[in-house]
Amino acid sequence: MSDVAIVGVGCVGFKSIMPELSYKELMFEAAVKAYEDAGGIDPRKDVDAFVTCAEDYWEGFSIFDEFVPDQLGAVLGHLFTVSGDGLLGLANAYMLIKTGHFDVVVVEAHSKASDILTFYDIVAFALDPIMVRPLGGNPYYIAGMEMHRYLAETGTTLEQCAEVVVKNKRNALANPYAAYGADITVDQVLDSETWFYPLKKLEVSPLSDGCIVMVLASERMAKKLTDKPVWVEGVGWATETPNLETRDWCRAIYTEIAADMAYKDAGITCPQREIDFVELSDLFAYKELQHLEALRLCRYGEAGMLLEDGVTTRDGDLPVNVSGGCLGMGYALEASGMQRLLEAVLQLRGEAEGRQIPDAEVGLAHTWRGIPTATGAVAVLSNIKE
Amino acid sequence: MFGKKRVAIVGAGLTLFRRNLKETGKELAYEASKMALDAAGMELSDIQSVVMGTAPDAFDGVHMKGEYLADGAGARNKPYVRVYVGGGTGVFTPLAGWWHVASGQFDTCLVVCEEKMSSCFPHPAYAFTTIFDNILARPLGTTLIWIFALEMHRYMHKHNIKKEQIARVAVKNKRNALDHPCAQLAANITVEDVLNSEIMCWPVQRLDISPTSDGAAALVLASEDVAKKVTDNPVWIDGVGWCIDSTIWTNRDLYYPDYVEYAARMAYKMAGIKNPPKEIDLAEPYDPFDYKELHHMEGLLLCRKGEAPKLTEEGVTARDGDLPICPSGGLLGVGNPIAAAGAMKVCEVFWQLRGEAGKRQVPGDPRTGVAQAWGDLMQYGSVIVLRR
Amino acid sequence: MSEKIKSYPGFRIKTADLREGKVPFEAWRPRVRYAWSAGIAMSRFLEELKNGRIIATYCNKCGRIMVPPRVFCEQCFKPVDGWKYVKDTGTINTYSVSFIAGDASRIKEPIIVAVIDIDGASPGMGILHKIGEINWKEVKFGMKVKAVWKPPEERVGSITDIKYFKPIREETL
Repeated sequence: MSDVAIVGVGCVGFKSIMPELSYKELMFEAAVKAYEDAGGIDPRKDVDAFVTCAEDYWEGFSIFDEFVPDQLGAVLGHLFTVSGDGLLGLANAYMLIKTGHFDVVVVEAHSKASDILTFYDIVAFALDPIMVRPLGGNPYYIAGMEMHRYLAETGTTLEQCAEVVVKNKRNALANPYAAYGADITVDQVLDSETWFYPLKKLEVSPLSDGCIVMVLASERMAKKLTDKPVWVEGVGWATETPNLETRDWCRAIYTEIAADMAYKDAGITCPQREIDFVELSDLFAYKELQHLEALRLCRYGEAGMLLEDGVTTRDGDLPVNVSGGCLGMGYALEASGMQRLLEAVLQLRGEAEGRQIPDAEVGLAHTWRGIPTATGAVAVLSNIKE
Repeated sequence: MFGKKRVAIVGAGLTLFRRNLKETGKELAYEASKMALDAAGMELSDIQSVVMGTAPDAFDGVHMKGEYLADGAGARNKPYVRVYVGGGTGVFTPLAGWWHVASGQFDTCLVVCEEKMSSCFPHPAYAFTTIFDNILARPLGTTLIWIFALEMHRYMHKHNIKKEQIARVAVKNKRNALDHPCAQLAANITVEDVLNSEIMCWPVQRLDISPTSDGAAALVLASEDVAKKVTDNPVWIDGVGWCIDSTIWTNRDLYYPDYVEYAARMAYKMAGIKNPPKEIDLAEPYDPFDYKELHHMEGLLLCRKGEAPKLTEEGVTARDGDLPICPSGGLLGVGNPIAAAGAMKVCEVFWQLRGEAGKRQVPGDPRTGVAQAWGDLMQYGSVIVLRR
Repeated sequence: MSEKIKSYPGFRIKTADLREGKVPFEAWRPRVRYAWSAGIAMSRFLEELKNGRIIATYCNKCGRIMVPPRVFCEQCFKPVDGWKYVKDTGTINTYSVSFIAGDASRIKEPIIVAVIDIDGASPGMGILHKIGEINWKEVKFGMKVKAVWKPPEERVGSITDIKYFKPIREETL
């Protein structure tokens, strides 16, 4: 079906802070691991294009693109920046290979969030400069507003949202790449400070540092580079609207559109039956439930119940965020989608060690670009080539 | 080409380029997009995907500016992505549009490039102070013009080029721009005017430089099937190329843009071009400074190293010369809203190849044209080859 | 279709009208602050500047001695093989003279800026710095220059621990 595969992955992090390395050195280490994993390719010769995913204000540079080629082995190579999440980078790498002109494409995304001293001010700087920004306040109030509406419309409960945090932080304990694994209770979540009513402190993913590099290849090259290709069966991405005034405050429309596109691409007609596990954006706890519904894996209002019934735990019928998600691994800015993708690749290769899902064949990775965006992306992956 | 998919440009749109425009960035993106759709005879509902090109967020003063601009670019509820390669963005964005369609993933793609530099107040130049290395360059107070002056000087020194020769580019392009309805700095000036203009950063003088601007440009891309339905004269994207050189520009010899040559070779190979000066009928190399047009002609392999000033003196690069260069008036004449300026060059080649450039039309029924942009720390080249 | 379009969109406004507030606008000064990790290569480089020395790294595969130092060779894509002190003298590769500030306003004393290829490093290994103690009209390509350091007690571990480079006069050679 598909003719694009992920043939190499490299990850450094994730930790709450990595002051020992500059962003360049962080990226170099992840790149070296990925190239080694991809059969020892030489980026100076064997890579046809490089995609790096970054936003200027996350980095503190205008035109961050400038500072990327050396540490990826891309000097005088064909590199460009996607101003977006790593999964959007994956989508572009996928299309490049599909043109038939490119055989090996590298995708990089990273977070050096600990370099940022004024994180919320920078998020606020993304708000509409005329209508919204002048109102001031911590911009995460937008998540509080969305959560409130989502709970009201779907009947999802505060306890169900808190349960997401408990599950994901526990999952993270088994993931060496996770920064925030913990064994906590629903009461601890509910008793944590209210930050943006009804959103609680422990329901907000804390920031983390790290970098992920992946190597994608055409079918022809994939077979030469690895015994364990993970096939990209379909990708989808979409933006609903940047306008807070006109967006849907209950449903994640961007995820619905992206999922439909990816399913069509992958030939999936019944996602509930055909997908074995899901890695999705849980930047805020309620987002895991909303996104699961938007991915058409259940109806709106049902995700909380599936969670209560244990369906989405590691040994359930539809494990969700076995990696620990953003709540467990840490919110890694534009590398968040790459965290989800990394877990999907490791699961499909059977390399997830203590958290391995038995017999996993088809996985889904999803991301959302966070406040204030309504942009998301989906990739469907498989270890079986039909 | 091995049964691979061909991609056409079927419509283009452009706003005025001005120091300050009243429109917001979203409104500019809308205006250019709407014009491109109208030109293609298409509706927004015919568009399956959208690609945004826009340079530093620090200009518009919005973090995640691509997200902010989405609805202006017609991207609501559509697959939408922003690509970004500094000053190279304007020509690079159509390349991203190309792979959206060439991959078979979409039949149509709207490519939108926007820049609203005037939002960076009181002067857009402030946005450039943060493009430099935080440890090695910013503490010295490095400015954009410094580094380009260093490159210009090295180029002049290596080939023993006189400022008079370089000034001819500014004279030519500002004059060409007199025929461009969107132009910001069209003028009839002389070489002496350039040489007598204010010295900013030797050897760069006031009239060697393009202005800062607001503006937007858009293109509609379509697969071969769709293109043939909507137009009788599609313009084909036959070659795409891009390349980045090392971050550490002080370790490179700045007299020659290797990255442009590598990008050009990539695009020419795809387009089957073996002898660029013979096979290319017109070119729009990136000219934010007058010397860059010469530098880039050489990088695009349109002449030998150090030969571009001579061709300019001989009139070869004039609009009615053998190899018209920047018949639009370029950035020096039309203006330089970074990403929109690069896309303006692609629009120009599109119009020229369709014979629709009006007073700017180059003679000789051109069939093949090239546009190129340049960016980052004097390290990025993006190249597109268009054919009728 | 360029020639078929009668008018192009866009309303020009005058900069003066903006400055005088005659046009509605929303002003915002972003609060953006960072503390970048300098990393392994740059941390050592800055510490050595504080000591009054310039340090490079070298790669045994391509044989280059590289300034500014890096922990990986971008050409060979491998870790570098070690550190090496280089001289605080060099050659002007290219230079320029700045008469304007970052916001394009005129400055009183022009600043001479240059890429200086550092002695002891491989050919073409330059750094950006300023040139002092010379009239700008007398600067030449290929001129030999030497770092002028701040006094040790004023050095903080910054590229500005070198005040500027000055020409090496014949008698001091």
